[in-house]
Amino acid sequence: MAEAHRREWGFVLAATVRITRDIDVAEECVQDAYAKALRAWGSTGVPTKPSAWLTTVAKRRALDLGRRQATFKRSLPLLVDEQEAPALDSAALGEAADDRLRLVFTCCHPALSPDAQVALTLRLLCGLTTAEVARAFLVTETTMAARITRAKKKIAAARIPFRVPAPDEMPARIDAVLTVVLLLFTTGHRAPAGENLVRADLVERALDLARMLRALLPADADVAGLLGLILLTDARRATRTAPDGRLLLLEEQDRALWDSDAIVEGVALVDEAHRRRPPGRFALQAAIAAVHAQAPSWEETDWEEIVGLYDHLVTVWPSPVVALNRAVAVGLARGAPAGLAALAALAAEPQLADYSYLPAARAEFLRRIGRLSEARASYDEALRLTDNAVERKFLAERIGQLEAAPGTSAGERAT
Amino acid sequence: MSQYVVLIYEDEESWASGGQEAYDQAMKEHMKFGKENQAALKGGSALQPTATATSIRRDSSGNQSVTDGPFAETKEALGGYYVIEAPDLDAAIAIAKQVPARFGGVEVRPVMEFD
Repeated sequence: MAEAHRREWGFVLAATVRITRDIDVAEECVQDAYAKALRAWGSTGVPTKPSAWLTTVAKRRALDLGRRQATFKRSLPLLVDEQEAPALDSAALGEAADDRLRLVFTCCHPALSPDAQVALTLRLLCGLTTAEVARAFLVTETTMAARITRAKKKIAAARIPFRVPAPDEMPARIDAVLTVVLLLFTTGHRAPAGENLVRADLVERALDLARMLRALLPADADVAGLLGLILLTDARRATRTAPDGRLLLLEEQDRALWDSDAIVEGVALVDEAHRRRPPGRFALQAAIAAVHAQAPSWEETDWEEIVGLYDHLVTVWPSPVVALNRAVAVGLARGAPAGLAALAALAAEPQLADYSYLPAARAEFLRRIGRLSEARASYDEALRLTDNAVERKFLAERIGQLEAAPGTSAGERAT
Repeated sequence: MSQYVVLIYEDEESWASGGQEAYDQAMKEHMKFGKENQAALKGGSALQPTATATSIRRDSSGNQSVTDGPFAETKEALGGYYVIEAPDLDAAIAIAKQVPARFGGVEVRPVMEFD
């Protein structure tokens, strides 16, 4: 029953929103349907197609409510434009697919703040409770509830429509959706706080969404790139922490334990993503992940190729975090002094002021060339900036090692 | 159909340095915008610069105090607006993107509907 809930929530809600044209009312109808399901399936068992059952019941309730009200609420913004030429072949995809796409584009509308986009996507498409979404982003449930309510009010008041964008709007709109899904993945992949390095539930959600997008937009190169990136990065999941919970760097991971099926699938997606010229940022990030995934060992990693990919990525996506990752690659390709020079150029970046990976990377390179007291200062700075228990332990150990004896190897910050 | 106001915010200094050429260009662009969006346009005006503005607020003793200048001093000042009609925000944004705002940008705000 819980499985049915997770998998189907987005489908059922999207189909119901189409009738109610109001997200809150739709949620009530869907919750009603789930409650009925709990009662009915207790005796009859879970049907083979739970979503069909749930959708029928939810829509029936929605229509009931509509008949009882004199009119639908006037401020409803949600319109399904039946006349618009669909960007996809809806006959092939089916009505249900269109509804989920409509919902994801609505949740990720640029008129909503990025925080709101992420919160709505998790809540409405993935079926997480408000409490679960709050935990994912380290805020109180009250704060998250208020954020979601504000977002729904904005959708209603400004009349954000329930539709798949027109072809000319698609590139920007898809980019927004992919950004949200990638943020979900990175938040799960390297949890900003808490006891575990990975929040598997968020990673699974992100993967589900990426697969859903891939199924609904099979021709889109960036969608392929995102799915490839997630698969290739998550392929390492089993090896990122030692059995005792200690953080393992990319350098230390047992590559035999990487998920080879995911890697094969990911690499194929990278090829596909590069068919669009020039390749977009998701394709390039995926390509970088592919270089790592295919290198037989840390020592045999083609760092110059990675630097080259970052050179492209930085032009397509001039983000300081990308520049930081590039600087690390430069150091690994051309030596610690080159890495430190590249990092120094980022020292004044306001967006990196609270980013623990900048001092951590600096510390690793300083350590390599024997500037140990400076390395120590940088590790301290990194420690101050991260709340994740596993990462804190790693940094504390590095500091301990510096005090004991000079380290002989430093790893890239990636895990 | 719903109404939205498109508020135009621009840097007045840039207008000053742009001179007659910038002004003429903007006039042309606004006329073009008006022609191409006739059906959706329900009103609008250019405003005189913020140097001509007068603000009225209540002071600490509760009296209305009249002062020189716009309500808020911002780098980009409110320079004009259009009232448009559109079925939803995406349609409103599509129209708003066509509004000339060379030295700044626009804000799209839905008009309040009262029952």
